[in-house]
Amino acid sequence: MLKFALRRILQFIPTILAITLILFLLLNVLPGDAALMSGDLQDKGLDPRFMEEMRKRWGLDQPIHIRYFTYLKNLAAGDMGLSYLRREKVSGLIASRLWPTLKLALAAMLIAVSIGIPLGFYSALRQGTWLDAFSMVGAVSGVSIPQFWLGLLLMFFLAVKLPLFPVQGYGDGALKNMILPAFTLGVGYMALLARTTRAAVVEILSTDYVRTARAKGLSELMVNRKHILRNALILVLTTAGLQFGSLMGQTVVVEKLFSWPGLGSLMVDSIFQRDTPVTQGCVLLIILVFLVVNLAVDLLYAVIDPRVEYQ
Amino acid sequence: MKEFVKKARRQKNLIVGGFITLVVLIMAIFAPWLAPYHPIDHADLMEAEQPPSLAHLFGTDQQGRDILSRVIYGARISLSVGLVSQGLNSLIGILLGVTAGFLGKRWDDFVMGLTNIMLSIPSLVFALAIMAVLGPGLLNIFIALGLTNWSYSCRIARSQVLFNRSLDYVTAAQALGYGRIRIMFTQILPNIMGPILVVATLGVAGAILIEAALSFLGLGTQPPTPSWGGMLSTAREQLFTAPWISIFPGMAIFITVLGLNLLGDGLRDILDPHTTRQKR
Repeated sequence: MLKFALRRILQFIPTILAITLILFLLLNVLPGDAALMSGDLQDKGLDPRFMEEMRKRWGLDQPIHIRYFTYLKNLAAGDMGLSYLRREKVSGLIASRLWPTLKLALAAMLIAVSIGIPLGFYSALRQGTWLDAFSMVGAVSGVSIPQFWLGLLLMFFLAVKLPLFPVQGYGDGALKNMILPAFTLGVGYMALLARTTRAAVVEILSTDYVRTARAKGLSELMVNRKHILRNALILVLTTAGLQFGSLMGQTVVVEKLFSWPGLGSLMVDSIFQRDTPVTQGCVLLIILVFLVVNLAVDLLYAVIDPRVEYQ
Repeated sequence: MKEFVKKARRQKNLIVGGFITLVVLIMAIFAPWLAPYHPIDHADLMEAEQPPSLAHLFGTDQQGRDILSRVIYGARISLSVGLVSQGLNSLIGILLGVTAGFLGKRWDDFVMGLTNIMLSIPSLVFALAIMAVLGPGLLNIFIALGLTNWSYSCRIARSQVLFNRSLDYVTAAQALGYGRIRIMFTQILPNIMGPILVVATLGVAGAILIEAALSFLGLGTQPPTPSWGGMLSTAREQLFTAPWISIFPGMAIFITVLGLNLLGDGLRDILDPHTTRQKR
């Protein structure tokens, strides 16, 4: 198990390296000039000597491969560079925004898992009933609804018409500030989990081991819990892990909509401000969280499915 | 084909999804004839933020433009983004997936490595990064979305080629002396188009959602072009005073994506025997 975990962690390195290379090349062919973005610009005008000095200061006069290796070396030491605009360390900026994003994503996941999985499970057990039809129509709608529109509707009905929740803002992380954005973020994920769980359970229901379990007189509860749910969870967990990445990506829209001070809104602001080091750092961190979650899912297999062998 | 039509008739998802998609397609093609007003030029500040009425069925926006007309024209942007970018994704995915599955060895390792990397980057985040470089605009959205979502088509194409490679018709083609490129693209490809079509249909839906999100964030289609996401972006400030400005464009995105998802699900049930078995 430990060997497997170590090997999986080692597999991270080439993936991360490739991702840093793709991102670095992509973001550093940016047509805008970082020197132009500098805060000192107002004082000095567009003096070419000053521009040259700025490029030198930010290391932008170096060839791109040297800049990449410098970036990698600094990254290995936890240094993501300086923000062009704010003159702060990118790592510090990101660290202050990471927790609100993670909190939002985890809350969305909690809502999605606690509603989506039971819904899919019971729909499969009651195939063809109104509950099944209703939840599956809900699931395909949940996958199709644009989040920012759902967020706007929730805002309108639950914050303006019925002032149950604040319209937007972080509110020092209070629970009531988190409910609308977390629900908005979690709906698509919930729908996907419901569909996956239903498909997995429907398939398991027709397997021989479920028939055997029933034939030997096990109670319905035991069959459902020990034989069906446990096996269905293996498939559901894969989807849950893989989709967590897109959930992290979607925080961008939800955070902007609800003025949530997380990584996503920092990233969008940095794109508008052409603050490349910050954009680069945010993208990298979102991908990193996704990769870590996938690793955790792989390792969790061992707990749920003892048949998984770590070869 | 006969069997396809027979199966399709029993598929409610396919019928409902196909109908919705057809309506949106008609809206996009015949927009100039269907829209009661011009979506950009017909602006009357005296009629700004009017609620739905007989003269303006969906009401008017901040500049007095007819929302119904803008929603009808918006179908052009959404569908063209969905179709063009997914077309590009399918092209890249098929080229890489078919060659990787057929040629194998190092090329397969390289393509699969690249696919896994692409899969580990959330598509919205990657599209945002590309838009950060290219800047806002419709053409740039085609490129950004066309480069970010090919990994699903690639994986499906590869796995289908791996299965088909050992079938008799491929062996027969080889015995007849067909070249590798001819076998890949004239013999195998037509036989694996079903699952690729399913992925593509769902991909169009995904691309429409991402375009709307990008435009909502201000990085996509720029005003005054009537795009559904862009309309929602500017409508946000009027949510409390004129909610209809937000409701109709959002509903248009929702119904279009729902239609495409239902169509994709229906096609999957018909074209993929494995999922048909799984469902019931």
